[in-house]
Amino acid sequence: MNLHEFQGKQILSRYGVSVPFGIVAESPAKAVEAAKEVQAKTGLDRWAVKAQIHAGGRGKGGGVKIAKTLEEVELYADQIIGMMLVTPQTSAEGKLVRKVLVEQNIFYPGPSPVSEIYMSILMNRAKGRNMIMYSTRGGMDIEKVAEETPDLIFTEEIDPKVGLQGFQARQIAFNLGLSGDAYKEMVKFVFSLYKAFESSDASLFEINPVIKAADDRIFAADAKVTIDNNALYRHTDIAAMRDLHEEDPIEVEASRFDLNFVKLDGNVGCMVNGAGLAMATMDMIKMSGGEPANFLDVGGTANAKRVEEAFRIILKDPNVKAILVNIFGGIVRCDRVAQGIVDAYNNIGAINVPIIVRLQGTNAAEGKALIDQSGLKVFSAIKLQEAAELVNEVLKA
Amino acid sequence: MSVLVNKQSRVLVQGFTGSEGTFHAGQMIEYGTNVVGGVTPGKGGTEHLGKPVFNTVADAVKHTGADVSVIFVPPAFAADAIMEAAAAGIGVIVCITEGIPTLDMVKVKEYLSSRNSRLVGPNCPGVITPGEAKVGIMPGFIHQQGRVGIVSRSGTLTYEAVDQLTKAGLGQTTAIGIGGDPIIGTTTRDAVELLMSDDKTEGIVMIGEIGGGMEAEAAYWIKEHGTKPVVGFIAGATAPKGRTMGHAGAIIGGKSDTAEAKKAILRECGIHVVDSPADIGKRMLELLK
Repeated sequence: MNLHEFQGKQILSRYGVSVPFGIVAESPAKAVEAAKEVQAKTGLDRWAVKAQIHAGGRGKGGGVKIAKTLEEVELYADQIIGMMLVTPQTSAEGKLVRKVLVEQNIFYPGPSPVSEIYMSILMNRAKGRNMIMYSTRGGMDIEKVAEETPDLIFTEEIDPKVGLQGFQARQIAFNLGLSGDAYKEMVKFVFSLYKAFESSDASLFEINPVIKAADDRIFAADAKVTIDNNALYRHTDIAAMRDLHEEDPIEVEASRFDLNFVKLDGNVGCMVNGAGLAMATMDMIKMSGGEPANFLDVGGTANAKRVEEAFRIILKDPNVKAILVNIFGGIVRCDRVAQGIVDAYNNIGAINVPIIVRLQGTNAAEGKALIDQSGLKVFSAIKLQEAAELVNEVLKA
Repeated sequence: MSVLVNKQSRVLVQGFTGSEGTFHAGQMIEYGTNVVGGVTPGKGGTEHLGKPVFNTVADAVKHTGADVSVIFVPPAFAADAIMEAAAAGIGVIVCITEGIPTLDMVKVKEYLSSRNSRLVGPNCPGVITPGEAKVGIMPGFIHQQGRVGIVSRSGTLTYEAVDQLTKAGLGQTTAIGIGGDPIIGTTTRDAVELLMSDDKTEGIVMIGEIGGGMEAEAAYWIKEHGTKPVVGFIAGATAPKGRTMGHAGAIIGGKSDTAEAKKAILRECGIHVVDSPADIGKRMLELLK
């Protein structure tokens, strides 16, 4: 599950990671109030006004501004709240901004230069261990840094038996070229950040940038935080941070019926049991001359109710020209799925796109017979190859 | 021969008396698997499906000599169940449970690294040696004792391959579902190594998907040590970047995670890659003729 920047920072600060002081606001008036409070707390009269959406690159799309006066806070908040923010990570139409984070500006003057650092924590899957990845080139697209100057990216791998060790935190601070107070602050920062990562069952922390301020304090100036969905049961407070506005409404609806659905841009919808077979079915649609309109795993218990809901969800997409149902019956009996398809067809009524049903495995022949005798405009197949050919024929017709 | 499980395997079911455990243990017994008992803490001393129930895995091992365990314990307790099985000296631990937190699996992997147990899964359909032992949730009837070994990250896609091999008259030696999670016990390469050294296995079907580097790692091993034809399929050529496709492990992060990149590596290593999942059985038949 992805979190907003302000939510990620709430989690970080719980574990002692220093973050800029800030308050979330949903209107320009509230943003001004927030700015006053930030000023009272920090004594600083510059503010960052930052759009809160689940996508990076917000600054590039005009979603992050530095305000020098309260009037500017109001103006920027007014511009940002309600805008469709387009960033390199959003779709072309962008994402609606509902909230801004009004924060103390951490580029305040002081005795030493401000520097921007990159730091992330993630899983090294091959080794089954967490690692801290960091670079002196903060505030930039890390993939670009990896391409242009790979020697400026460092990693520390964490041994799960003993956890993060002091020498590793010191190594990080030294590699980042820090000394004196900034060095000490960084060692503390790294420990707190790793503790936050483990304690919240995160699967990704990306802090870009980490700021070494002019007075040698270290701040997480941004926070991209992803939490392991499988672990949400033991973090009910974090689970409550889910923002449904940030998710595709169709995918949210699908999840209510335990359907695993991902919307795509193609013309052939599909409904499959099992994630691997679903991906393979999408690939086959492409080879048959179509483009998959979705990924949809109906799961291990593809009963009539879920089949019907799956049809309803796929049919919401006006681009869908055909639907391929591919079920390999194991525990699931194909005749039950076939009955579900027939019922769904009758309940929904007026389905105008051709449906190709491929049933294989337990009671496949009975399932096919049920469909063939139903009198519905449904093409049935048993072999995968036959199904592929039917998709091709239907698209040509 | 076969790998991991066979007629001699003495199989223990963890989470035996729960609904999943009950249903699938029943199916396994019906298939002819030598299920020697089960574990449900607090229900030790009772009987279930005609088999003894124990409080702990250690107890069960002492009384039954179990050497294989299959886990149907809910996700919050599954990591603990795997470690309990390893502590009791179980040789092959098959974890079916889906939804175990990743950081729990980090601990499990570390725990197993200094022990002699092999973990298959989690989030997998299990392991089957047709005609001998079914340790998992796969439909038994589609399998047939035969010549081809299978390793796969997916459930129903494995059944698809099994079915094609059965219909092609090739059958299977052992089919291993390694699971779709980011951190798993037995990797693609581990399973390929096992099948390569099995006398009965004449060819190997290797089914992978987008995300992670396991298929590439297996491919490079095959290039160096392979002695049998391998047919490969990688699912997810049409999957978008950055979206998890059902399995927690199936997500395209970098360029090497894509289906195209993986297929290119597999081909370069001499693996017979099919682009359509419908061609897996056909291709293997051509190679074994």
